[in-house]
Amino acid sequence: MTSEEIRAKVHQFIRKNFLFDDKAQLGDDQSLLGSGVVDSTGILELISFLEETCSVKFEDSELVADNFDTINKIAAFITTKLHR
Amino acid sequence: MCGIAGKVNIGDRHEPPSRELLTSMVRAIRHRGPDEYGLYRDAHAGLVHARLSLIDLTSGQQPLANEDGSLWIVFNGEIFNYIELRRDLEPLGHRFRTQSDTEVIVHAYEAWGDDCFRRFNGQWALALWDSRARRLVLSRDRIGVRPLYVREAGGHVWFSSEVKAMFADPEVPRAIDPAGLDQTFTYWASLAPTSLFRGIEEILPGSVRTYEASGAKRDVVFWRPSYPVTPPADYPLTIHEATEALAEKLETATRLRVLRADVPVGSYLSGGLDSSLTALMGRKAKAGVFRTYSIRFQDAEYDETEYQRAMAATIDSDHQELVVSRRDIANVFPEVIRHTERPILRTAPAPLYLLSRVVRDSGIKAVLTGEGADEMLAGYDIFREAEIRHFWSREPGSAARPMLFDRLYPYLARSPQKAKGMALEFWKQGLDRPAGPGFSHDPRWRTTSQLKRFYSAEVRGALEAHPAGDLLAGLPPDFNRWDTLSRAQYLEVVTLLSGYLISSQGDRMLMAHSVEGRFPFLDSEVMEFCNALPPNYKLAGLNEKYILKRVARERIPAKIIDRPKQPYRAPDAVSFVEEGAPEYVREALAEEAVRDAGLFDPGPVRGLYAKCVARAARASDEPAFSNADNMALVGLLSAQLLHRQFIRGDGAAPGGHVEYTTLVDRVPFQQLQGTA
Repeated sequence: MTSEEIRAKVHQFIRKNFLFDDKAQLGDDQSLLGSGVVDSTGILELISFLEETCSVKFEDSELVADNFDTINKIAAFITTKLHR
Repeated sequence: MCGIAGKVNIGDRHEPPSRELLTSMVRAIRHRGPDEYGLYRDAHAGLVHARLSLIDLTSGQQPLANEDGSLWIVFNGEIFNYIELRRDLEPLGHRFRTQSDTEVIVHAYEAWGDDCFRRFNGQWALALWDSRARRLVLSRDRIGVRPLYVREAGGHVWFSSEVKAMFADPEVPRAIDPAGLDQTFTYWASLAPTSLFRGIEEILPGSVRTYEASGAKRDVVFWRPSYPVTPPADYPLTIHEATEALAEKLETATRLRVLRADVPVGSYLSGGLDSSLTALMGRKAKAGVFRTYSIRFQDAEYDETEYQRAMAATIDSDHQELVVSRRDIANVFPEVIRHTERPILRTAPAPLYLLSRVVRDSGIKAVLTGEGADEMLAGYDIFREAEIRHFWSREPGSAARPMLFDRLYPYLARSPQKAKGMALEFWKQGLDRPAGPGFSHDPRWRTTSQLKRFYSAEVRGALEAHPAGDLLAGLPPDFNRWDTLSRAQYLEVVTLLSGYLISSQGDRMLMAHSVEGRFPFLDSEVMEFCNALPPNYKLAGLNEKYILKRVARERIPAKIIDRPKQPYRAPDAVSFVEEGAPEYVREALAEEAVRDAGLFDPGPVRGLYAKCVARAARASDEPAFSNADNMALVGLLSAQLLHRQFIRGDGAAPGGHVEYTTLVDRVPFQQLQGTA
């Protein structure tokens, strides 16, 4: 799975599950928590989705904002993880 | 407890309000006072009253006048210190015909004018009509326990306990005010004077509004919550002395609420500390049978039966339980919204709507509850959360400081780190602004504001042109001199307590079945005492309601005091989307209905509904609904129901016969002929 594909899937998931709107503004560098797109419980949905869709498993220590707070960070983090 | 309404003319251009109109107005709120009806009318004003008889059953009818019949009142509520006030008034020459608190208000106003309300310890919404001066006075108690709305247009002033009484007048247009919706989707409630309906204001709690014959209008706020400024002056009482003093004040407040009624008063028992203590004190106030009432839930997650029964056994009350299911909640929800008259973000009022029916059917007209304790004595998580965030903000790089959240939210410690880091990110927002006035509530308001993404283009446009009032723009001058806890308490009182808990979840659910709520923690002396306490008597470290637990220690079972605090919640979104949920839900959220109401964008509403339905169909043991989805589904559904019932309809239940036991009609005959 390429970084581009991950980005596309995350975009789609967030629009469908959090924004409920295909046309909503959603930037790749937009802070998901900071802009309120995803709340502290919603982040669990996002993480489960990523684990299922990208066939990865996150360590507890990896669940920090540096890895998940923007779509670009998510894509970069998962890409690194998949190629490790 | 009662319902009031009226219509007053400013200037001479208008005919008096018709008796038919006044009767329609009072009929719309007859649930608030089914015992007796009264009407007063003169050439310029009409007042109506629906009475729930609690004090002076034989001579307390309304509207009621002063000695010479020039000053008239309609009044909803109780002035608990009316006996003391009467003792102050009699030496001034005032003569009383009844034993009611209503008459005391009339004389107090004659003696002390608009300042009289400061002297009242009670819960009230009232209108005084000075027929000589043609002056209208509207006032509401400190917290806004009793509701009061007003509208002015075209030389008329309408007022009423509930908006549906105004909507009985075809002259009153019915439209949702986007500003009221926007405040609800931020603070959980519209902020008086803004209401959910365009052109209709809510009278500010703790204020007096006056209209003169000239049309001049004035608002005077006589009370707002106030706290010690920092650094605090020496507080005169030790924690031991303060504990004793609080116990005494609570006992007095409870006794007033039990004894100042000519009918028996019962109590709610939630299973928590506040209502347990309230029920105990109520029990002690009067010999004889004491009735208590509890909600039980089929969903174990919300159920508190064990603690309720323990307390009922302790005070040997005549205890009644009502078991509530998700289906019950869904079934009564439209009726709940017809009574709240505003959108709500949780279903928690619905079980209370059902419980008040049980109370009424058991023959009880008034109940005590523990409402207000969490606000006055710092019981809520939001206060502890603010303290931790404040502590953390002084060392934002610290890894140890945010560990305190584990103590606050044990689920964080239990679920091994599952997204814990992310949860902390959430609380970290705004950490760089610890002195900001909204510091304590920013996380909640930010989360709630996510509901705004569902707005239609029209609502967005309207809000851009006329933004909703900002709470933080109208804070008391001393606000910035209060400590973190006091500021958070203030914000909690003026938003959630006044605008939601005491109204949507309190008065409206009780009065739907003609039951009056009485709240010892909202006694004016109790509130003043609590607000003056040093903050660490209330929140000691992270130990919430510290002083109240000390009061409770000798009095109620330890297991109730020491149990982890359980917020009162009911099953939310799942009630509306599980298999077999009532059909109205689908209809209210369908594209056509959403478009018709014009509040939300149908696409996202459809997306949310589909997501929730899919979740409900999955395994029931997983925590299926996020806070955001729960809030969104309940909020959107209730706003849609509000529109259907109050904008498409007029919000009143059909039928109902009104026969007046008090009828004073002073409209001269020739004028009547003129209007015919």
